[in-house]
This record gives sequence, structure tokens and C-alpha cells, in this order.
Amino acid sequence: MSLTKLVERLVQLVPVLLGVSVIVFLMMAMTPGDPVQIMIGDQNVSAAQEAQLRHDLGLDRPAYERLALFIGHAATGNFGESFYYKRPVAQVIAERLPATIELSVVALLIALMTAIPLGVLAAVKKNSVLDKLATVGSLLGVSLPGFWFGILLLMLFAVQLHILPVSGRMGFATSIKPITGFLLIDTLLRGDPAAFLDALKHILLPAITLGLPMTAVLMRVTRTSMLEVLRQDYITFAEAKGLSRTRILIRHALKNALIPTVSVAAIETGSLLGGNMIVETVFGWPGLGRLVVDSIFVRDYPLVQAAVLLYAVTYVLLNFVADILYTFLNPRVKL
Amino acid sequence: MSDAAVTRPTPSQSLLLRNLAVFAENRLAAGSAILVLIFVALALFAPLIAPQDPNATDLFRRLQPPAWQAGGDWAHVLGCDALGRDILSRIIYGSRVSMLVGATVVFIATSIGILAGLAAGYLGGWVDTIISRTVDILLGFPYLIFAIGLMAMMGAGLGNIILALVYKEWVIPCRVVRAETLATREQEYVEAARALGASNRHIMLREILPNILSPVIVVSTIRMANVIILEASLSFLGLGVQPPTASWGAMVADGRAFIMQAWWVSTFPGLAILLLVLALNVASQGLRDAFDPRFHE
Repeated sequence: MSLTKLVERLVQLVPVLLGVSVIVFLMMAMTPGDPVQIMIGDQNVSAAQEAQLRHDLGLDRPAYERLALFIGHAATGNFGESFYYKRPVAQVIAERLPATIELSVVALLIALMTAIPLGVLAAVKKNSVLDKLATVGSLLGVSLPGFWFGILLLMLFAVQLHILPVSGRMGFATSIKPITGFLLIDTLLRGDPAAFLDALKHILLPAITLGLPMTAVLMRVTRTSMLEVLRQDYITFAEAKGLSRTRILIRHALKNALIPTVSVAAIETGSLLGGNMIVETVFGWPGLGRLVVDSIFVRDYPLVQAAVLLYAVTYVLLNFVADILYTFLNPRVKL
Repeated sequence: MSDAAVTRPTPSQSLLLRNLAVFAENRLAAGSAILVLIFVALALFAPLIAPQDPNATDLFRRLQPPAWQAGGDWAHVLGCDALGRDILSRIIYGSRVSMLVGATVVFIATSIGILAGLAAGYLGGWVDTIISRTVDILLGFPYLIFAIGLMAMMGAGLGNIILALVYKEWVIPCRVVRAETLATREQEYVEAARALGASNRHIMLREILPNILSPVIVVSTIRMANVIILEASLSFLGLGVQPPTASWGAMVADGRAFIMQAWWVSTFPGLAILLLVLALNVASQGLRDAFDPRFHE
């Protein structure tokens, strides 16, 4: 893909990102109730102070000016002050972001490491018991409500078997001074294997729950594309040359079969974002998803607005990456 | 005119009947469709079927286990929740919320999607540009986050859930209809209608729509499963139907605090969601296979 095409695609992102920002702004603007009253709560303030606060928040300006201000501020990461935490929204979000990113990355790794081998095996052993089990498994994977699956895992591994913890990122007895904010990395950097194991135990169930629907989808994609590749002439030719089955599968078939898998994985990473809110709520995971849910109940609108915008922008960018990856891996496709 | 001539199906009817026959041959899909119908019946006749009042509390029966466990009672087969309410009756009544939200959202969204998709695909020009850009922007939001954002602003409640989901759901049938319309509008029968002076409205609704309805129906069934999970997720987060109305997602959430001592409170409502969504997914796959000639061999 040429650089010009890449720039063209980047430029096409601009109206979508602008549109997304407008919708997020409208969500807030259409909210019933006065944000100033919500901020004041039951504090005793004079009319002048109230007017000053309204002016400071820009609420006395016309809607189009507020929209322009919102987009301008959002572009520089300024989302105002949280009603509840009384601190800059960007700061509150930044504190929670590593936990969500860490959870998403581990969920993605689990999904890839499970889905690809299972999808390949199901294709190679088409119509076998294993293939049928994989098909049923993938159907279950997309039909299971994530919040319920998480609770079932908790009941089995935490309540019945007592081998994994119920909630949080780390046990009370363990503490680690953060370096990156990603506990799995920080524990290794600090050279504390016991803390690493503790963090790993805590992340396992939420990551499996979050990654399950993705595993189901990726497994189906890998199976279908592997079956298609195995029907190609160059595979028959490789077999005729007398190459071993394993070599044909890994060196010749898998390389091409993974093209759609990688692309779908990038798209599905976006869907992990939505799942985060559910999974973080079930497992008491102190990430951005849970922060958003909690903020809704305390009507912390600037925080909800900023988080929704952040999620949407990430989602748009991930879809963009998926497109680019697909084109990059498959030179026959032109953007 | 003979009886045979009267009862002979038209070509489109015979195609529909043939497709339905193909669907019925797929036992798993047909069985799943029957299961979906059972859930529909549960929702429709909940007051006649439910053994207890779903909102009647009885603190003496607090967290009573299912009938087959020690301390259980056959009057409350699946046990009771933390307020002593009968779980089976609440599941039966909860099916009303899932079914109502699923069917209403899919119906409204599909209707909007069909009209927008037809207009975008057939009229083209600025109409297509506006509709397609709106679709692109809405696709820029992860579904659950969009719905959560809207619910946060509009407040919880059944009507708001339906609205929040419709706002984004219509883009999916719209894209399908637009693509199908683009492929159909150059067909000879459309050209013929145009040459005869038929209006755009007539061509879109009478000529194109009947011929592109099959994929739309298939997509709608697939989407209904997704919408039901989304509703349950919103209710689980406390943003859905408000207590004491029974909804499956909220029932699972209620049981979360008692997983140490009362597994049944969360397990059975979750199982109901799984069964309905699974049945809808299998049935919709069967429908897709039956309605798509490529799968007939």
C-alpha cells in the first residue's frame, strides 16, 4: 500500500472522529437536569457564585460555541473537572487506564492462543468429534452472556475450588510500587515472582471471561479460512512434493489462513472495549470500564463523556488498523 | 377455474415454501425455533403459567434452595432470591422484558434500516452521502458503550433501553438493504418499472423491497439474539428495567452478592438467557442456510 493511500485513509478518519465527538457532545447536552445544580449538590452557594460556575463551565454560551470548545479541548486531552472526584477528568482516567489495557491485552493473548490452534485442528480434522465440539463451543461462546459466564467461573474457581481470587488486581497482602501501571510487568521489573503470580491469578478469570466471545469468533474464522486454504492447488502441489503434513500446515497453509484471523482479531479487540465494563463490574477490576459504570450512578457526566469518547476513538482507530493490516498482509486487496 | 389453479402458489410463495421446507429439514434449527416459540409463549401467557406472584416477597423463604436440595420446596422449584421471591416465576415474567425489548428494537430498527437503506441505495447522491456518513459515525461506537452512554444520559427504564438500542441498531439492516438495493436497482424488472413511469416510492417499496427481504429477515433474527444480550447486560449494570419488574440481567446481578451461599439465584436466570440466545442463533443459522441457495446442496 502506498503512502498516499495511507494518508488518504487517515484523512477519511477525520469526519468520522468529528461526527463521533459531536454525538458524544449531544449526549451530554441533551441530558435532562442542570450540570451546575448537579455540581453544587446540597452546598449552599449564592446566585452570583452559581452564575460564575456556569460561566466557568462555558454553559452560558450558545450550543455551537460549546461544541467547538468541547472538540478543541478534547483534542488536547482537556475534559474538564470530574464532578465526583474534583480532579481533572484526564487524570482520573489515566490512573485507571493501565488496568483496562492490561486486562484487554491478556484477554487478547488468551483468545489468540486458544482460537488459532483449535481452529486449525478443527479444519484439519473436519467433521471429526473435535471439529463438532469446536463448532458447538464457538456457538456457545457467542451466546453466553459475559456477566453470567464470569459469575459461573467465580463460583467454580473461587467459591468451590478456592484456587483463584474473587476480585481485584492483587491480594491485600501483596503490594508493589507501580512503574508502568501494568502489574504483570511491574512485578517482573521489581523482581517479585510471588507478586507476579498473585497478579496473574487475579487477572486470569476476568481475562478468560473477556476473551471468550473473541475466542469463539476467531476460532470460526481460522477454521473457515484454513479449510479454504487447504483446498488450494499449491497445497496439493506441496503434498505431491512429499513435504510432511506438519510442514505443509505450518509453513504453507497457516501463513495464508491467518490473514483474515489477524484482521478480525483487530476488529474484535474493539469489541473487548464494551466487554470491559461488564467484566470489570463482575470481578471488581479497578479499570476504566468500572469507573464509567460507577460514574453513571453518581452522575459524573464529564467523566462519562470523556470515557465514551475515548472508547469510541480507540474503536475507530482499531478498525482502521484492522483495515491496514488486512491490506498489508494480503497484497491482492487494494484499499 | 379448477381448484388446482386456485391453490397453486405463486413463484415467490413456492420459493418461500421451499425455503421453509429446507429449514424444517434441519432438525437442530427447527428444534431451536420451537424453543424460541416456547419462550414467546412463556412471555405471552406469563400470568397463566407462573406458579407464584413474581414480586411477592417472603423473608421466611429468603435464599431458599431449589426443590431437589435440602431445605427446598416443590412450590418454589428453582428456589427463592434474597427477598424470598420465587425464581421460576420471575424468570417466566422476565422473559417478557427480553422478548419485548428484542422484538421491538429489531422491528423498529429494521423498519428504519429498510427505509434508509432503500433511499441510500436507490436514490444515491446526497441522500446516500448523508445516510452512509451517519452509519459510518454510528459504527464508530462500540455498541454497548454507545448504549451505556445514552442510558447514562436518559436514565434507566424500559422505554429508554428500547430507544438507546434502536439509535444504533438500525445501521445494521440499513447497510444490508443498501448493498442489496445497489445490486438490484440495475435489474431489468426495475428498469422496466422505471420505463413504465413508476414513481421512486413504488419502485423502492413494491419492486425492490420484496426481492431483498430474505437477507433482511435472516439478519433480523441474528440481531435479536444480540439485542437480548445487550438488554440483559444493561439490566445487569443497573441501567435497564427498574425493580421490582423482573428482568433476567438484573436477576443475575441480584444473585452476585450471594454466590458464596446461594448459587441458584444467578445461575437459573443466566441459563434462561443462554438458552434463548443459543436457540435464536441456531435458528437464524438454519434460516440463513435455507434462504441462501448456496447452502442448499
